[in-house]
Amino acid sequence: MQIISYWQALNLAHDAEMAADDTVIVLGEDVGLFGGTYRVTEGLYAQYGERRVLDTPVSEGSFTGLGVGAAMAGLRPVVEIMTVNFALLALDAIINMAAKIPFMSGGQFTMPLTIRIPSGTAHQLAAQHSQRLEHTLMNVPGLRIVVPATPQDAYWQLRQAIRSDDCVIVLEHELLNFDQGPVDTAAVAPPPHRAAVRREGSDLTVISYSRMANQALIAAEQLAAEGIEAEVLDLRSLSPIDWETCAASVRKTGHLLIAEEDSRFAGAGAELVAELTERCFSSLRAAPLRVAALDLPNPYNKTLEQQIIPQPADIAAAARTLVGKAPRQEMPK
Amino acid sequence: MERELHIRFLRDMLRARRMEERIAQEYTRGNIGGFLHLYPGEEAVAVGVLHAAEPGDYVVSTYREHVHALVRGMPMRNIMAELFGKRDGCSRGMGGSMHLFDTERRFLGGYAIVGETYPIAIGAAYAVMMRGLPEAVICFFGDGAVNQGTFHESLNMAALWKLPVLFVCENNHYQIGTEIHRHSAVTEVYKRAAAYNIPAAKIDGMNIETVNRHAREALAQVRAGQGPHLLEFETYRYRGHSIADPGSYRPAVEVAAYEARDPIAAEMRDLSLHYPDADTLHALGLHSSESLGQHYIEHGHLDTAGLEAIEADIRAEIDDAVAFAQAAPEPTLDDARRALRPSLIQETLI
Repeated sequence: MQIISYWQALNLAHDAEMAADDTVIVLGEDVGLFGGTYRVTEGLYAQYGERRVLDTPVSEGSFTGLGVGAAMAGLRPVVEIMTVNFALLALDAIINMAAKIPFMSGGQFTMPLTIRIPSGTAHQLAAQHSQRLEHTLMNVPGLRIVVPATPQDAYWQLRQAIRSDDCVIVLEHELLNFDQGPVDTAAVAPPPHRAAVRREGSDLTVISYSRMANQALIAAEQLAAEGIEAEVLDLRSLSPIDWETCAASVRKTGHLLIAEEDSRFAGAGAELVAELTERCFSSLRAAPLRVAALDLPNPYNKTLEQQIIPQPADIAAAARTLVGKAPRQEMPK
Repeated sequence: MERELHIRFLRDMLRARRMEERIAQEYTRGNIGGFLHLYPGEEAVAVGVLHAAEPGDYVVSTYREHVHALVRGMPMRNIMAELFGKRDGCSRGMGGSMHLFDTERRFLGGYAIVGETYPIAIGAAYAVMMRGLPEAVICFFGDGAVNQGTFHESLNMAALWKLPVLFVCENNHYQIGTEIHRHSAVTEVYKRAAAYNIPAAKIDGMNIETVNRHAREALAQVRAGQGPHLLEFETYRYRGHSIADPGSYRPAVEVAAYEARDPIAAEMRDLSLHYPDADTLHALGLHSSESLGQHYIEHGHLDTAGLEAIEADIRAEIDDAVAFAQAAPEPTLDDARRALRPSLIQETLI
């Protein structure tokens, strides 16, 4: 057991898989000699050489497509797209190629491709450098999407992604890179799509993922001081979603709150509320609530940027409303 | 030997032409749906290039790929069944006309988004380079596809890392209905390769011998580790872009001019000139020439009966393929789910 950063956990996961399997290659902009813009691939170039750790030109569409072709011809590529914003240039490779080829070929081809995408709202990067795309990718059959919130999950889920024969998108969060936590490399990992109950509680279920799961835990501590016990679920995977774990918790608490950094309109939370309402309608004691980002592009201004994404206080306020300890508002943020 | 090669060329070009003609018929009978892009006129390119390929090579193709798949060795039965949307199709009825795939023959698929073949090809070529085997990747694309960003991005990477790719441009002069002078500032595709230091040439795509010779030479260089190569084959499609397109934007005289250079007719002419049938020899007064007669007995010759035998074989192959496709079962939703997640079972622990 060691206490390391999220980026170091990702680095260890790369190293473990590259050491175990010669067909694993890493490619992307500045992943090699430079060591990765978030240091995630630091040291791999020296260890595994320029063929297995490939610095690419600024050509997101084609180097992601290169990963697809290489995966069809016997390699297990890990493509790093520097930030989710640039992934928009690679959506043809992700959606039309990686997600479709196994299906269109009648299952003849597998797609052992991992696409790592740092994402989320960071520090004043403005609208073209901080956005969420999970809702877009979730709507594509044929992709798996994991959203690790802790160093341990980053380690486990990246290793599992590289070993998977399906295309797996690893949506990292840029603000989690320097979060520290215990990583046990010898422990047995849960399945990559299994949701984690990060805190048990009986009054309401808060479902969240990525950095917002950590924010929900902070909110839960505030609520506990007021006598409200929140159960906090970290989804860990947005496709597929572990509905069983979610539904079991909602049936237990009777209250459902979603906390997400994605924009509210047609975001991941909309799918969570719809599915869990269908599954658990008779157990719900109040209409579910969503705490989500405002439907605005990210402003550069520091104060405004904090205001458009949910803070622990916003999650706590919505929880109070949900369990009837505060007046219900029409459109909570 | 040379004659056998030419008969193989002729046989494959005829199989391609007759198969596509039958596919058009089956479409009008309602047995085939969706978009359908046919190949007549361009046969010398597919047959000439793919007869230069080795079994270890990879092939990446476009949405006009039935003939590429056929010449690569995919059984006509599985092509036809796929077009009929049946479970015994090469892609189990999930792909259709534009998405033929075959792992066994390293046929990496037909792609229906223009410009997708380049990144797939350089990816496969990267895997080949890592293994260090003398294999090559053959990447087909049309003249309309060279204005996509992926063309430039992928040619850059292919040249930068000396990847073993043969880029094959089937220049049929039309991007659906837009003639090349209206879609490209530089209409000679091969010249664009110079921007990335990739050796390239423009070749007559209506002459199978020329196509095959250049493809062999280029592939030899690619396999020898000399990096990518680009060949632009000037060719023509007699039909419109797809079955729904009558192609009326093209002057009749232009279509007629290319039809006059039909690669199949040319091949038949060449074969009958070099290997005239018995009646022709007789007419030429050569029947008494024992030495020449001996020559043709030794080497055989393509006479009318020989050609008819080839055509009969092809008719039988096509009839069999259509009967197979008609009898094949429809795929089920379970088949579709299995196709999407071939490795669902692999939800395992590390």
